[in-house]
Amino acid sequence: MKTKEAEERVMLWIMRFAALSIVLVLGLIILSILIRGLPSLSWDMISQIPKGGFYYGKEGGILNAIIGSLYLSAGATLLAMIIGIPAALYINVYAARHDRMAAAARFFLDLLWGVPSIVYGAFAFSMMILLGMRTSLLAGIVTVALFILPIMIRAIDEVLRSVSPGLSEASYALGATRTQTAFRVLVKQTMPGIITAILLSFGRAIGDAAAVLFTTGYTDHIPTSPDQPAATLPLAIFFQLSSPIPEVRDRAFAAAVVLTLIILIISLLARWLSHKYEKRRIKF
Amino acid sequence: MRPFSKIRDKAAWLWMLGSMVLVLIVPVLIAYGLIAKSTPLFQDNLIVDILMGSDWKPVRGSFGFLPFIAGSVYVTLMALLIATPLCLLTAIYLTHYARKRTLRLMHPIIDILAGIPSVVYGVWGILVIVPLVSDTIAPMFGVSTSGYTLLSGALVLAVMIIPFILNIMIEVMRSIPEELTESSMALGATRWQSVKKVIMRKAAPGLASAVVFGLSRAFGETIAVLMVIGNVPKVPASVFDPAYPLPSLIANNYGEMLSIPRYDAALMFAALILFVIVLLFNLASRFFITRYEMKQKGTLK
Repeated sequence: MKTKEAEERVMLWIMRFAALSIVLVLGLIILSILIRGLPSLSWDMISQIPKGGFYYGKEGGILNAIIGSLYLSAGATLLAMIIGIPAALYINVYAARHDRMAAAARFFLDLLWGVPSIVYGAFAFSMMILLGMRTSLLAGIVTVALFILPIMIRAIDEVLRSVSPGLSEASYALGATRTQTAFRVLVKQTMPGIITAILLSFGRAIGDAAAVLFTTGYTDHIPTSPDQPAATLPLAIFFQLSSPIPEVRDRAFAAAVVLTLIILIISLLARWLSHKYEKRRIKF
Repeated sequence: MRPFSKIRDKAAWLWMLGSMVLVLIVPVLIAYGLIAKSTPLFQDNLIVDILMGSDWKPVRGSFGFLPFIAGSVYVTLMALLIATPLCLLTAIYLTHYARKRTLRLMHPIIDILAGIPSVVYGVWGILVIVPLVSDTIAPMFGVSTSGYTLLSGALVLAVMIIPFILNIMIEVMRSIPEELTESSMALGATRWQSVKKVIMRKAAPGLASAVVFGLSRAFGETIAVLMVIGNVPKVPASVFDPAYPLPSLIANNYGEMLSIPRYDAALMFAALILFVIVLLFNLASRFFITRYEMKQKGTLK
């Protein structure tokens, strides 16, 4: 009798410790990034491009990487939206009548969900050699868009799926076509959810290093057209961290703070939006 | 209906269909491209020599992948070994012991962990894990090392896959009816005994799916691992040795791959291995989750 209660108590403490350790690790990650990076984060750091080369120059900041990353992720997210939203609608409006087809499409997308970004990067790079293209913002945008597409489609799909079928049926009964139902009823009804999915994809795009490593290149300058190479925050961290010069390493740590803050803001925004969505959803 | 809106309707339909087709074609293209690009490697190397050979000297045309495959397998398995028990215990705690509010508070934490970019995990690894391994853990075992080791890679990787495994485990545990715990406890079992003997048995395929999913995430992880694992192309003999996983191999060598014959074929082959292995693990994960859902519905005894 006594042993099973003792086991219960011991296990409870072990479990509490496990849960607590996960919370502590997150705190430790954010804290260590902030402690090391915040002192080097100044207005000059985020408002100037590196001077004298990003790897050796002591002066200047990371504006090239901040702008480059924003261009890249915004471009990739837009491109992914143009393909991703209609594809997700297709699964839920046209394929929905054939259960098997929708299930097959979801299954296929789930398989792709985990394909590492380095595979996309390597593939895109070999295509670029084949076509004689140089590293450029545009190549990066296309590669990252392909990489975030399965993630975005499945996220939007989950939101669309949560709409009760009664709503589409009501729309059809009023004489709306399937396209009208898709865009005017489904999209309108799930707008905050779709925006959440897009925000999360943007977060994936801005944080990814392996897909842009081969395709976007790196430069000290801010790109003025899509066929120029562009610097990105993850690579600004990765490259400058290995520099022997402490001032350059400081730039890497400052870039890590900027990237972490962007991700935190996106995460909080997405959470807030999905709460809003839950509230205004029409339930049957 | 007016003819104009009919055209618009048709156009929108084509747009949706076209997007869907495009999404389905891209991975087929990737697979085809990787296979086509890596075939030159097999022209005068046997596949056995490539997969099992440990001699990596691209300049002399010798491509033994064993150090990289071993590096990937070791670091992935070690990360799982660390992450799985932590996730399992936490999932049980959050779904069966903690208050509902604790679970609600935990969700944003898991989301943020999942959203932190790989390269930030790498920075954290360099700031915290590498010194921890070289100054504290290795001396405890009487080893001296730079800290850029298999163990550091595994620790960073473990933290990175925790949110993914934990998320699925919580979902699985939550989908098991409360009545099962209640009836077990009514028979005199403690809560832990009910979890151990009843719930875990019921949840097993779902939990397996979570672990396999974590495995597939871990296998392809690139930048964070690359930053802390040392990157020495030798099969590691201990956890305090550096290792060199497949994704690091691709990421580190893309610049020079053009100048050496067949080097690009070798790197494309590495990408192909990653692609195939991740697809296989994802397939296995889906298989387990389907089994679990069938078990829930009672169609599988």
